[in-house]
Amino acid sequence: MVTGTTIGIIIGVIVLLFVIYIYNSLIKLKLRTDNAWAQIDVQLKRRYDLIPNLVNTVKGYMKHEKGVLTEVTKARTSLVSGSMQAKAKANNQITEALKSIFAVAENYPQLKASENFQMLQEELAGTESKISYARQFYNDTVMHLNQAIQVFPKNIFAKLFSFKEREFFQTAQEEKKAIKVEF
Amino acid sequence: MGIYEEIASNQRRTFLLIFFFFGLVISLGLVLGLAYGNSYFGIGLAVVIGIVYFLFSWYSGANAILTMMHAKEATKPEYVHLINTVEGLAIAAGLPKPPKVYVIDDSALNAFATGRDPQHASVTVTTGLLNKLNRLELEGVIAHEMSHVKNYDIRVMMLAAVMVGLTVLLSDFILRSFWIGAHGRRREGNQLGLLLMVVGIVLAILAPLIGELIKLSISRKREFLADADGALLTRYPKGLADALRKIKGDPDPLVDYANKATAHLFISSPFRKGALTKIFNTHPPIDDRIKKLEQM
Repeated sequence: MVTGTTIGIIIGVIVLLFVIYIYNSLIKLKLRTDNAWAQIDVQLKRRYDLIPNLVNTVKGYMKHEKGVLTEVTKARTSLVSGSMQAKAKANNQITEALKSIFAVAENYPQLKASENFQMLQEELAGTESKISYARQFYNDTVMHLNQAIQVFPKNIFAKLFSFKEREFFQTAQEEKKAIKVEF
Repeated sequence: MGIYEEIASNQRRTFLLIFFFFGLVISLGLVLGLAYGNSYFGIGLAVVIGIVYFLFSWYSGANAILTMMHAKEATKPEYVHLINTVEGLAIAAGLPKPPKVYVIDDSALNAFATGRDPQHASVTVTTGLLNKLNRLELEGVIAHEMSHVKNYDIRVMMLAAVMVGLTVLLSDFILRSFWIGAHGRRREGNQLGLLLMVVGIVLAILAPLIGELIKLSISRKREFLADADGALLTRYPKGLADALRKIKGDPDPLVDYANKATAHLFISSPFRKGALTKIFNTHPPIDDRIKKLEQM
């Protein structure tokens, strides 16, 4: 009888350790995903902060292309508030709009030569690639988290401890190419 | 090999390197001590010097390397593009904070990363590299360096650079002190003394060679690994492949302040191609690396 209880206790302890291990590995993945998301948010905020500067710099020159500027300004607010999809959508819109602003700027040599504008262009381009790198890292961590949640036997414990699958931060196909553009 | 295996392997190598360093310093101390008739003093002195130097290497090795290489911290707005690229790829690599960015004013195309861990890391590029590479190629090179940072290659390579540098200096010193010792006071010419002297000389001659071996053992495969990990970060292996092709085609690969102790840090050998660089080759052939990148 004594051996039976001992074996029971040993098995119990092993199972407990196993559950703790699985729980910790899931928590670690979840924290990593949260961190990765925070990185995207930081860069979206940076983009949000840079846009008014750009609009102010460009406004004086682009009398005929006011439409693009209002579009950027409108989409800008969604960068820092709203759901993930809303942010992703606003981000894609702004990427498109910025591209046309910079294309239009080609027609204004004075604007193009302005140091302020060049600096802004570099900063915005840098922020754009940071967003895409942050998204890439985030999507990787989401993939790992979702995999862990779906795979047996972790899926049982994931359900038990109510770990939820995360969404990927989606991107328009065009934006992926936009990173490759050289200024 | 995943990132965790790479880190674990680098931890083993770091430990081995430190172990090896102390083994060498202590045996040199022993030989020196015996030659002067007090082995305990020799060993004791060697241990103290070894520990002090190890601590210096650990905490200030990166700074010593940067100073030795005449690297200056990159500032905005001049290097805004470089800084942005480093920050972006640090995010892609999931580093806790972006490494510091340094620039060497040199027309050669080269780059290196150093530091004791990702929190205390730096990435350095030459101005030649900045001038001649386009955006995608620069991203490729920086991503390669970022992989070195992430998997702790930087720690092993930094310790190898600083400690190997010492080995070379130390063995020089011993050889010289033997010369002086031999002239200064003639000891009873017993066989033991002669034997010790021979061992000492052999050790002193071997030390730099052993140093080279350490560098070889840490440097060749890791370049391939960093290429692959870097390509994973940019998702564009062609960028680094093009950069390597430009680096290969550069007529003046010589980085002015690079030396034997620091050569292995660089993305491509900082020496002119010649017989000597072939023997002490710290880098895999650049063509092999380009080929592997293009197969990805």
